[in-house]
Amino acid sequence: MADSVLEMRHISKAFHGVHALKGVHFEVRRGEVHALMGENGAGKSTLMRILTGLVQPDEGDIVFYGRPLPIDSPQTALRHGIAMIHQELNPIPEMTIAENIFLGREPEYGKTGFVNKPLLFRQTAELLDEFRLKLDPRTKVKQLSVAQKQMLEIVKAVSYNARLLIMDEPTSALSEEEVQTLFHTIEKLKQRGVPIVYISHRLEEIFKIADRVTVLRDGEYISTTRIEALSKDELITMMVGRPLSNIFPKEAAKIGKPILEVENLSRSNVFSDIQFNVRSGEILGIAGLMGAGRSEVMRAIFGIDRFDAGEIRVDGIPAHIRKPADAIRLGIALVTEDRKELGLVLCRSVKENMTLASLNALSNGLFINRLSEIAACSKMTGDITVKMSGLDQTVQSLSGGNQQKVVLAKWLMRKPKVLILDEPTRGIDVGAKAEIYRLMSDLARDGMAIIMISSELPEIMGMSDRILVMGEGRIKGEFMRGQVTQEEILECAIGGAGIV
Amino acid sequence: MYKPSVVSVVKQSVHSMKSKRSSSIVRKYGLVLVLLAAIVFLSLFSDAFLTLDNIMNVLRQVSINGILAVGMTLVILTAGIDLSIGSVMAVAAVIAASIVHVNPGLTIVAVIAGMIAGGLLSSVSGTMTAKLSVAPFIATLAIMTVARGIALIYTNGRPIVIEAPSFLFLGQGSIGPVPFPVIVFAVICALVAILLNKTKFGRYVYAIGGNENATKISGINVAKVKILVYIVNGFLAGLAGVLLASRISSGQPNSGLGYELDAIAAVVIGGTSLFGGVGTITGTIVGVLIIGVINNGLNLLDVSSYYQQIVKGLIIAGAVILDQRSKR
Repeated sequence: MADSVLEMRHISKAFHGVHALKGVHFEVRRGEVHALMGENGAGKSTLMRILTGLVQPDEGDIVFYGRPLPIDSPQTALRHGIAMIHQELNPIPEMTIAENIFLGREPEYGKTGFVNKPLLFRQTAELLDEFRLKLDPRTKVKQLSVAQKQMLEIVKAVSYNARLLIMDEPTSALSEEEVQTLFHTIEKLKQRGVPIVYISHRLEEIFKIADRVTVLRDGEYISTTRIEALSKDELITMMVGRPLSNIFPKEAAKIGKPILEVENLSRSNVFSDIQFNVRSGEILGIAGLMGAGRSEVMRAIFGIDRFDAGEIRVDGIPAHIRKPADAIRLGIALVTEDRKELGLVLCRSVKENMTLASLNALSNGLFINRLSEIAACSKMTGDITVKMSGLDQTVQSLSGGNQQKVVLAKWLMRKPKVLILDEPTRGIDVGAKAEIYRLMSDLARDGMAIIMISSELPEIMGMSDRILVMGEGRIKGEFMRGQVTQEEILECAIGGAGIV
Repeated sequence: MYKPSVVSVVKQSVHSMKSKRSSSIVRKYGLVLVLLAAIVFLSLFSDAFLTLDNIMNVLRQVSINGILAVGMTLVILTAGIDLSIGSVMAVAAVIAASIVHVNPGLTIVAVIAGMIAGGLLSSVSGTMTAKLSVAPFIATLAIMTVARGIALIYTNGRPIVIEAPSFLFLGQGSIGPVPFPVIVFAVICALVAILLNKTKFGRYVYAIGGNENATKISGINVAKVKILVYIVNGFLAGLAGVLLASRISSGQPNSGLGYELDAIAAVVIGGTSLFGGVGTITGTIVGVLIIGVINNGLNLLDVSSYYQQIVKGLIIAGAVILDQRSKR
């Protein structure tokens, strides 16, 4: 094909005799955004690791710009202009933007080894200009937002004369506004003819930005299709191999008395006058942009951060929460948005993670009762299917969705009255998402009060009985299920007043 | 029981590839091999090595470092480090020595006093680390200097001679063929292994080292657990100091110099991660034995003590490199 930039043919790869990829085809054309889709474990990562030279394929060959290209190391990939913007960015925080972009290839005065700083800053400024980024090359990277860091990575890749860009979940940590900036940048890259491989779990984005989509499932190539030819349901069916009849299985639950009540909660410069309640059997969705103060409110309620004023009541009784242990004792559970930082002990086993918050109940005095511990875990894995080799598998070797289920199991083991979920489905695949929604619906039906923070509006709309919208540290609006559109929520979050 | 389907096996293999797999069996196996290789080598080249006398001799020599290494394992599992234990040993040694010097009948009191002194000093390290967020390296460096000063002031810089037979038994006596310090070491290993594997406290130690913030949010009093870890380490350093005083028949304010480094070396050789969260007492015991066997072997082979240092260093580096590779 004339405008074909990259062709990966018959790629196979096995680890320890197990096939991760079986004869996969992948073809990218000039100037297109090509979405690579599949559930976690479908082989997307392995395919991209092969493309970036981190892993060698057992079979198959790669043709890049018309020539066969054996990619035997990450250096080879970089030299040929294959660059990846990683899910987890890691620039050096204490160095400036300019130093980060030119790390390892700083312009010198001749060959003296002394860095030509004026030239370094000038070249950087030119690059930033090109992408219309209003940033000073002398700014330290630690002062940048996540989105800005990501832009920086893209600029860096372009400065390497990237001929193929791979973006892995680029929007997972971006606000709605920042996503727009990213999409704008992607358009610019397309105009330059740079093809982009785009990996994301957010279907809305794929339909907005991608030209074509290739689906992998269980290490096998399923199809490559123009995006216009697909509906969302068809795409999901291809990914999971079965139709997901209803992603949001929200059932009507009997809504009872208020369990958690928050009154005039304030923390200076973070949030103020937060007032809401959540009732038993109710799912309360909290929408808003990144930085609206949603997570901060929940952290304060859970005793991670302090608050300056206000009152929290549990079952109508004023609660004194100074540390997480206090909140836990009152029957509150918090699944944080960052499961690796705050949710899990990655190097320890599934079992140890699941029971970490419940060991008092599972011990006789100092000693852990091994049998009760295993029984408690088995009971959990009966309700929540975690794909694992056994309870002793370390959590770090599980997929994102399964890790999230372990965090959920840890808290559900305590039988909380109030379950707070902060971005519960971020970065996990469609199948696991559906399972988590199912679980939430079941828990609400059994009388649990659930608070769900989410930046994905379809999720908020699909699962919540009631929706609060937060912005700039305040509650901007409150809506009942089915009485509001996505646009109205967005408008309310950005500035307009909602119907309170 | 859950049976992994082909699909889930594929998924797991893909994911285990992403993260460094650390199978503790492989790790232990690799280290035990190093130890066995050293033993086979030495028994081939020295007739004196594989005798009951020499084995007991090696065990006696390693027990003090062993006790220290077991305590250090706890600290390192929480992603901490304790540089003060050498000095803490000296404080315990001179306090215990001064007690039996005055009243030879008070051996048990002396031992307990030494251990309490160690626990108190380390509780300061622990509090600085857990409550005031001082890096463990710095907190224990400070206590290392302070403790050495205390030992010197307490004795005016002079050793305290010990003649009490019951106290001297601790470091020099045997029960049957087994030296008394070896018995103490064995008991400590068993107790701490039980603490780590069977109790809530042990579980929290691993969890804190693996992810302190996640542990805190799970409602666990992280500061308390950490302070307790340092106190236990201080008790054990105190105990080791008392045994050392008994073995050299005097409480020396300069004793224990550099002992912390041997203990850290043993823990690291034993496969415990300096980042915390991963490691076992069994591993540490193997680490302690590797160092002990090498020391003993080099003596038997008549290697000059100057060269011994170099050989020891190389073997430590080699063992750890081998261990790292076996984990990949």
